[in-house]
Amino acid sequence: MKAAAPAGGDDPFNAFITRCEGKPAGKGMLAGLMVAVKDNISTRGIPTSCGSRILEGYTPPYNAHVVDLILGEGAGIAGKTNMDEFGMGSSTENSAFGPTKNPVDPSRVPGGSSGGSAAAVAAGLVPVALGSDTGGSIRCPAAFCGIVGLKPSYGRVSRYGLVAYANSLEQIGPLARTVGEVSLLMEVISRYDPRDSTMRDQPFSPRLTGDVKSLRIGVPAEFFGAGVDPAVAEKVRAAIAVMEEMGAHVIPCSMPSMAYALAAYYVTCTSEASSNLARFDGVRYGPSDDIRMPWHDAFREVRAKGFGEEVRRRILLGTFALSAGYYGKYYAKAQAARRNVRADFARIFRDVDVIAGPTMPTVAFRIGEKTDPLSMYLSDILTVPANLAGIPAVSVPCGMVNGLPVGLQIMGKPFEDERVLDVAYAYEQGAGR
Amino acid sequence: MVSPDDVEKIANLADISLSRDRLGEFTREFNAILDYFNVLDTVREEAGEGGCEFNVMREDEITLSLPQDEVLALPRESEDGFIKAPRVME
Amino acid sequence: MTVIIGLEIHCQLTTRTKLFCGCSTDYRNDPPNTHTCPTCLGLPGSLPCLNRRAVEYALRVAKALNCTVLEEAEFARKNYFYPDLPKGFQITMYDRPLAVDGYLEIEADNGTEKRIRITRVHMEEDPGRLVHVGSGDRPRYSLVDYNRSGIPLIEIVTDPDLRSPKEARRFINTMRTTLEYLVVFDGDREGGLRVDANISMEGGARVEVKNISSYKGVEKALTFEITRQRNVIRRGLSVGRETRHFLEARGVTTSARSKEEEHDYRYFPEPDLRPLRVREWCDAIVLPELPAARRVRFAEDFGVSPPHTRTLCGDLKLADFFEEVAICGDPILAATWVADILLGEIYYRDMEIARVPAGHFVELLELLKKKEITDKGGVEVLRTILDESAKGEVPETPAAIVARLNLGKAAGDAFGPVIREVVESCPAAVQDFRNGKPEALNYLVGQAMKRTRGRADPKELARMIQEAIGETGVTG
Repeated sequence: MKAAAPAGGDDPFNAFITRCEGKPAGKGMLAGLMVAVKDNISTRGIPTSCGSRILEGYTPPYNAHVVDLILGEGAGIAGKTNMDEFGMGSSTENSAFGPTKNPVDPSRVPGGSSGGSAAAVAAGLVPVALGSDTGGSIRCPAAFCGIVGLKPSYGRVSRYGLVAYANSLEQIGPLARTVGEVSLLMEVISRYDPRDSTMRDQPFSPRLTGDVKSLRIGVPAEFFGAGVDPAVAEKVRAAIAVMEEMGAHVIPCSMPSMAYALAAYYVTCTSEASSNLARFDGVRYGPSDDIRMPWHDAFREVRAKGFGEEVRRRILLGTFALSAGYYGKYYAKAQAARRNVRADFARIFRDVDVIAGPTMPTVAFRIGEKTDPLSMYLSDILTVPANLAGIPAVSVPCGMVNGLPVGLQIMGKPFEDERVLDVAYAYEQGAGR
Repeated sequence: MVSPDDVEKIANLADISLSRDRLGEFTREFNAILDYFNVLDTVREEAGEGGCEFNVMREDEITLSLPQDEVLALPRESEDGFIKAPRVME
Repeated sequence: MTVIIGLEIHCQLTTRTKLFCGCSTDYRNDPPNTHTCPTCLGLPGSLPCLNRRAVEYALRVAKALNCTVLEEAEFARKNYFYPDLPKGFQITMYDRPLAVDGYLEIEADNGTEKRIRITRVHMEEDPGRLVHVGSGDRPRYSLVDYNRSGIPLIEIVTDPDLRSPKEARRFINTMRTTLEYLVVFDGDREGGLRVDANISMEGGARVEVKNISSYKGVEKALTFEITRQRNVIRRGLSVGRETRHFLEARGVTTSARSKEEEHDYRYFPEPDLRPLRVREWCDAIVLPELPAARRVRFAEDFGVSPPHTRTLCGDLKLADFFEEVAICGDPILAATWVADILLGEIYYRDMEIARVPAGHFVELLELLKKKEITDKGGVEVLRTILDESAKGEVPETPAAIVARLNLGKAAGDAFGPVIREVVESCPAAVQDFRNGKPEALNYLVGQAMKRTRGRADPKELARMIQEAIGETGVTG
């Protein structure tokens, strides 16, 4: 375990929104470790902005469960990291605090929405970080920055204290340079919290054997379809081949529900978000309303000033999807689509142990390159299925294309996070890292 | 397909305002996304599966509330322990 | 014109903690914003966690109202923006409530028993409390107290089976009593019960009246509405479908802003909570004795008359009090004194029945039973006990009061001089009585009562006065 870079040091990639002075205190599994925490995770006494102006000045009076857990094991908080506003984005360009730069190539995005956490780890500012993943927000930046990032099974880690974007899709998860460090952090943060009714009491118990003999790896055709950069596809196939050499078997398969998975994802997350973000009205926290105005006008103004354009767009999409007359067309259909995605995975997992493919269809793009919202959404195509189905998914670095990292994504059955990390570990060892 | 007027109505419902000069472009982007969502019309649900957990509850036991001063430290303005908000027409 | 009324009743449940968090529900005497936490304040990142006892209480209500519990119930979000709604949505139930298709029996206007159908029963959280600063027509700003935010509510919706404001009031009273008997509701808690009413006349449009928070208010609001709607119809116009607010102080309903009707609440299932499968749980619930059963028991075991059983059982605490004091040995006497006399005295003093010392009351009943004091004397003893209790003192015993105020019933002979005095000083009345006017006797008895300061039995006095008149006057 490397010692952390000293607090208050340089932040050339704009990874942090708030830097903390604290040193890790006490004993425990994480003693001596400084952890960077994504700025949508509540930290008592430390400003928590979610990358948004609408939470300017908000300092939570309570800790998220995961924060209590890591502090209880002797870790220290290095700071709060930059992110796409409220988690809405795949590049960390949608932050009110400026974009984060990819440490591998600062002219490019680090991925999102946990771009700050990934950059902080990749730049060596901290050894480990916490992020959140709603549609790929841990795995995407992990892939783009060349580090390891895990989205746990839904219900594996308490969401108490995670500022909600899409409640039925998201999880807090660890990012680090190695699978071993991710596994360690996962052991601590997965402890049960009765305050989260969507959580199961099944703490993570690491099992890093590195053995993939007879492992059956499913490779869905749809994960290597049009839209995936051929150079990226090639790197990922080569990574899978490494595991074959170690004794695993590759089983080609198909997931027809991929045709509408992305649409189902965006209808669901924008609908839930439109409701989750209704609480930002300037009354109880954040920049306050102009008391001289009547309620509706004041409310509208606070939101117009405080929310960035992408957030406003998603709130409107979600409001529309839930509105009278459209609920059946959008939200209800999206949930049916979701059940189909889950059924697809269940069917494939009858014959395979894990599923592998690229994390992202491309390598990191340039800052400012993707201006069309829809094209930005389409880059999530490979990551959203795992969120829809609630299954564990990890991204582990598997090489470079034009000097930019490529991520190998491994997905597993619900609550088989241990196996998913073990397979990633095996690859890591086998690839001679 | 929604018109800029429709978008404004939705914005009203969501209490979010959009600047008039951006409305046209925003509507175009909005429609492109809604168009993409139309693929959901083709979804036919396959065999329903058993759901999740049920009856997740806690006991009726008192836990510590936040002290009043911590609560009042959050908003910009408070008065006699109350939190100040804009007037509502009754 | 036929009047059609349906009611939506919201009651606060008497759990120790709120519906979705562990904050104490005992907030009424405490300063604002002292019973809050991240969850009921809706702070970013907070999550709801369902209170088991609230579900138990809600199921008791569903069972007592003879409802069918749904196989699966589900919480849903009702989305709208208001300063007293911290999350910008209320967690309630929509498509899949807790229970449906029940009924409650009440006394109809014509005295018969009538079944009012219950459409649905579900659970939801209370919003915070808003106080307006500035005058009614020109508010300046609002002040919000979130102590009430998250308090568990049960919502009971009736079919439009009620036919008059009086019937509606009777329904509310019966419902309130039933909820108290279930030990899930406390009628003494201010604001614990709120009613919205839907009313339409002779097939006209439906008007919703909101913001009714007292039992009397229900009757007043509906009576006003009927008058208002009749006037509209008389003028040849039609009643518009709208939402109106009841202003208790002025006894009128006013039109609410039309924005209310445009509300699209965009309901969807609450993703942070899990569904409920509680049919078996409900089947296993054993209900406490309900008002109807208790009335039957009072009649059969104690011989109490039907009107008295209705009065006594109409309030749980009153019924309990009656049973406590019925041990005096004469339950019918006890029933009369509790229902006809004590009840009036405590209403007058705005006192709760809990403040009345049962032991003292039993002693009083025993004195009355043994005829050691007259009824009038008994009333005076009771009033003394109540006044002293109201001051927070331990009241004197009935025996002590009787002695102090000299209320002991005297033997008839002692009143001889008083009788003669009355007959001599009221010749006109005596003459009236001889002329066949019975009221004159009452007058004379009254005069004698005054002079004996209630120590004499009025029947005794009447008899003695008649004897005296017979002795002194001309017969015939």
